[in-house]
Amino acid sequence: MYQAIVFLPLIGFLIAGLFGRLIGARPSEIVTTSFLAVSAVLSWVAFFTFDAPGGMMRIQIAQWMQAGDLVVDWAFRIDRLTLVMLVVVNTVSALVHVYSIGYMHEDPSRPRFFAYLSLFTFAMLTLVTSDNLVQMFFGWEGVGLASYLLIGFWYEKKSARDAAMKAFIVNRVGDFGFALGIFLVFVLFGSVAFDAIFPRVGELQQATFRFIGFEWNALTLACLLLFMGAMGKSAQFLLHTWLPDAMEGPTPVSALIHAATMVTAGVFMVARLSPIFEWSPTALSVVVIIGAITAFFAATVGLVQNDIKRVIAYSTCSQLGYMFVALGVGAYSAGIFHLFTHAFFKALLFLGSGSVIHAMHHEQDMRKMGGLRKYIPFTAAMMTIGTLALTGFPFTAGYFSKDAIIETAFASHRFGAATAFVLLVVAAGMTSFYSWRLYFMTFEGAPRWAGGGHGHDHHHADAHAVHGDEHAHHGHDDHGHDHKPHESPQTMLIPLGLLAIGALLAGFVFKDGFIGERFDAFWAGALYIAKDNHILHEMHEVPGWVKLSPFVMMVAGFLVAYWFYMLRPELPKRLAESQPLLYRFLLNKWYFDELYDVLFVRPARWLGTFLWKKGDGAVIDGLGPDGVSARVIDVTNRVVRLQTGYVYHYAFAMLLGVAALVTWSMFGGAH
Amino acid sequence: MLPFPVLAPALPEIILVVGALCLVLLGAIQGDGARRAIQTLSVGLLIVVLGLVHLSGGKQGVGFEGAFIADGFAQLMKVFTLIASIATLLMSFQWLERERVERYEYSLLVLLATLGMMMMISANDLIALYIGLELQSLALYVVAAIHRDNSKATEAGLKYFVLGALSSGMLLYGASLIYGFAGTTSFSGIAAVVKGGAPLGVVIGLVFLLAGMAFKISAVPFHMWTPDVYEGAPTPVAAFFSAGPKMAAMAMFVRVVITAFPAIAPQWQQIVIFISIASMALGAFAAIGQTNIKRLLAYSSIANMGYALVGLAAGTPEGVQGVITYMAIYLVTTLGSFGCVLLMRRDGQAVETIGDLAGLSRTRPWLAFSLAAMMFSLAGIPPLAGFWAKFYVFGAAINAKLFALAIIGVVTSVVGAYYYLRIVKLMYFDEPKPAFDRGDASVNGVVIVCTIFVALLSIAPAALFNAAAAAARSLF
Repeated sequence: MYQAIVFLPLIGFLIAGLFGRLIGARPSEIVTTSFLAVSAVLSWVAFFTFDAPGGMMRIQIAQWMQAGDLVVDWAFRIDRLTLVMLVVVNTVSALVHVYSIGYMHEDPSRPRFFAYLSLFTFAMLTLVTSDNLVQMFFGWEGVGLASYLLIGFWYEKKSARDAAMKAFIVNRVGDFGFALGIFLVFVLFGSVAFDAIFPRVGELQQATFRFIGFEWNALTLACLLLFMGAMGKSAQFLLHTWLPDAMEGPTPVSALIHAATMVTAGVFMVARLSPIFEWSPTALSVVVIIGAITAFFAATVGLVQNDIKRVIAYSTCSQLGYMFVALGVGAYSAGIFHLFTHAFFKALLFLGSGSVIHAMHHEQDMRKMGGLRKYIPFTAAMMTIGTLALTGFPFTAGYFSKDAIIETAFASHRFGAATAFVLLVVAAGMTSFYSWRLYFMTFEGAPRWAGGGHGHDHHHADAHAVHGDEHAHHGHDDHGHDHKPHESPQTMLIPLGLLAIGALLAGFVFKDGFIGERFDAFWAGALYIAKDNHILHEMHEVPGWVKLSPFVMMVAGFLVAYWFYMLRPELPKRLAESQPLLYRFLLNKWYFDELYDVLFVRPARWLGTFLWKKGDGAVIDGLGPDGVSARVIDVTNRVVRLQTGYVYHYAFAMLLGVAALVTWSMFGGAH
Repeated sequence: MLPFPVLAPALPEIILVVGALCLVLLGAIQGDGARRAIQTLSVGLLIVVLGLVHLSGGKQGVGFEGAFIADGFAQLMKVFTLIASIATLLMSFQWLERERVERYEYSLLVLLATLGMMMMISANDLIALYIGLELQSLALYVVAAIHRDNSKATEAGLKYFVLGALSSGMLLYGASLIYGFAGTTSFSGIAAVVKGGAPLGVVIGLVFLLAGMAFKISAVPFHMWTPDVYEGAPTPVAAFFSAGPKMAAMAMFVRVVITAFPAIAPQWQQIVIFISIASMALGAFAAIGQTNIKRLLAYSSIANMGYALVGLAAGTPEGVQGVITYMAIYLVTTLGSFGCVLLMRRDGQAVETIGDLAGLSRTRPWLAFSLAAMMFSLAGIPPLAGFWAKFYVFGAAINAKLFALAIIGVVTSVVGAYYYLRIVKLMYFDEPKPAFDRGDASVNGVVIVCTIFVALLSIAPAALFNAAAAAARSLF
């Protein structure tokens, strides 16, 4: 069964990828989508029927490589953590496949699109089922590749190509750390298999390792390096810059890869390696701090973005920060729980925004929306549910998982946890604000789109410059903006409905298992909890005001958003004008892209140009190929001049030759 | 009374001389009217002789009181030489007719030159060697100037004659020195005399002898006639010069140093190494500066003689085997290349500059393909035949510990690759010039056969290599 779950998407990818042109778009869609649906159903079956002794099952597929002490297997490690990920990945992926049939119905390269989606799913499944670090790295790189391909799916667009490159290169930084971490783990334990590593972590608590001139605690160093990989993949602070740009990909891709699954790979990895991280309080503090900063930072940037997908992207970034805080304080299950619920409501929000974009003929600027609820009521309702879940409205999915994280942050005694608590609570308020801002700008108020009756188009030319090329690419905008927005087809609405159910109920139904009374029975040892780690008990004993704080912030955020965008729509503009510095700082995402440009990109370009022009061009070519060929030409010119055409010159050369040879034979050589 | 000479080993040569004389008579009586008959009969005669040589099976046999030897080496080299003569004759007739230089003497001269070559290959004595050499050379002097109304051709013929006479003089002077000090002209006699150490006179004589022979294979510094003659003489003649005589002279060179002077190998090895390096280097560098394809092929043949001599420099059976292999592959590629040059004819005019080949791949794709195969082979690009040729001679040199020679050979072949590949680049990547005229069937046929042979030798060089091994063994 597990083999089928993992390999069906691969088969789908091969069929659609190799024979997509041959069999056509529709069969490709049907094959990949139906395979994914089977995988998804099997995942749920496995999730509910799983009953392995000891809570863990190992399925060997093949031996991958053996080199000296290094033995790497293809094997599945099936435990509760894997099952949660299987359910999340396959469910969202299957729904996104279905949704894409509608969303991409006018794209000429649909077989390629569906092949990539299935390839991504396969890679993600190998990542979450892996039994060792190397196989995990394979899946890790596989999802990176698929992400690159899908972000750059519309490769005719320069912005899409650039975004794809950026995602790949920024992830490379993290992956470098991950790879070093794997090497260090192998050096320390002599193995990369989890079964061999986990029981022995305690022995190495005091081990040290020399790295870049410092003496490190070996486990801390390994954890930090591995966490570096997680930071890249999960777009954490400092390595987050690729995620907003990744929105250049088709919206279903954003929902699947950049919201629900791939970006949570970092969270999964830390949770999977909890037996190692749990031994390094220093590393966990770093996780908490980075997570909290990300949650806060991304929320501030999300406040002022105007592109509907970018708002949700920053929201994703922010929510990933929440998850890491939970991991960092030792509440791994709370982090995974938030991952689980977040997958539903964030995929819902993304697919809902995709539906809006579809309705608006690929318009993504919220300043040119407004009043859409009347035209696309179902989408509006679904987006409302997603927003409620994200902001943590009581008894929706986000309410249980996010509030749990905030409570654990308060309860924890970890260094940095107190600051994290403050940042998370503030971020919760901002989350509520920008989410409702998005909702109000899009669905409520007066229509601001052309043909909507109002001429609010003071950014019109600007926005067209940005999105013009996308129009040009799709070419199916022939009906223009004059027509009314229309509701999306059933293939897009049904996935929304299913995700909405998840967004509403996933928290309530599963909270007992993930973080509640049935914790031990549910996880069955899949997550390692140190003996002195009682965070899940302590979180229930926090003061009442702590439990209440996220709710208060949510309501406050909602009220401010309502005031700004429904009651006094001119206020945001005035605020922005009165605080230009702060506004520009946020609008430009804390100037991280500019900072990196100065720090890394330009020096790298300068170095590259220097090595190219001076190093390769002047030195190597000059002394090598060019220099040698110039000397050859010199020699040639001289030799050719010997050939004068005069017989006596020729005869003289012969006689000279004989004389030289005779002289040599008489006086030199072998005598 | 002298005993009647043993004639049997020389049967092919005797048939060739009788046939040639009959054809001379026919020509003398009938004049130019019998040209076509003479042409056909000449080719037929050469084919018959080729058959006889082949049937002799390389049996060891000595005739004319030791002056003439038939052995495996002689047999194989004669086969190659005869093939070269037949192929060049076939390629010549129509071309010469078009250029209005058709004469019945041409075929006869080629026959006599071929006879001279066969005698050179089988010469086992300095006198016999000289007779064969002169017979060949005198015929070639005339052939070079056959286009007597053309000043360039006459100039080429005259240059060749003057310099050839000089080289013959050197060779003869060397032969007389050797005879003076050794007291014998037979190779085996000389070998016996120098066994205990050669007197200086013999060494100096050997130098002169080698100089004379180096002229015939156009090795540096005795090469200077080659580009001028190749350019000036009619193209089929240049093709003939580059194939048969080179083969025969190289065979003679090998036989002299291996059978007559094995005891003083270090002496002649140095000379061979010197002219080998000089030939490889000059051939590689000078060819780059050429714009005329015939001059380019002249320098190419100079370089190729240098590579062949690398094998001889080793002085081992393996080295001789490498020389034979190299010469056979050189023969195929040079015939193929000249065949392609013969097909370079635009609006009834033969064209000879490299630039005329531009864009050939689009106007005559198969011709371009054949020429590209030849060029790649000459450049020694694996896995083509030319690569194996170089591989074997360099391998022999390395086994004989001549590392410097092998390295210089490899470096010069890299330099040389430039001008071969430039032709390929011209044909495949440059803007096409007007198409060439339709070629003669016989030339097309030779080019096709050569291309097929290059392909065969590329895939399975072992058959040739084994035959060469057997031939080389008969010398030691």
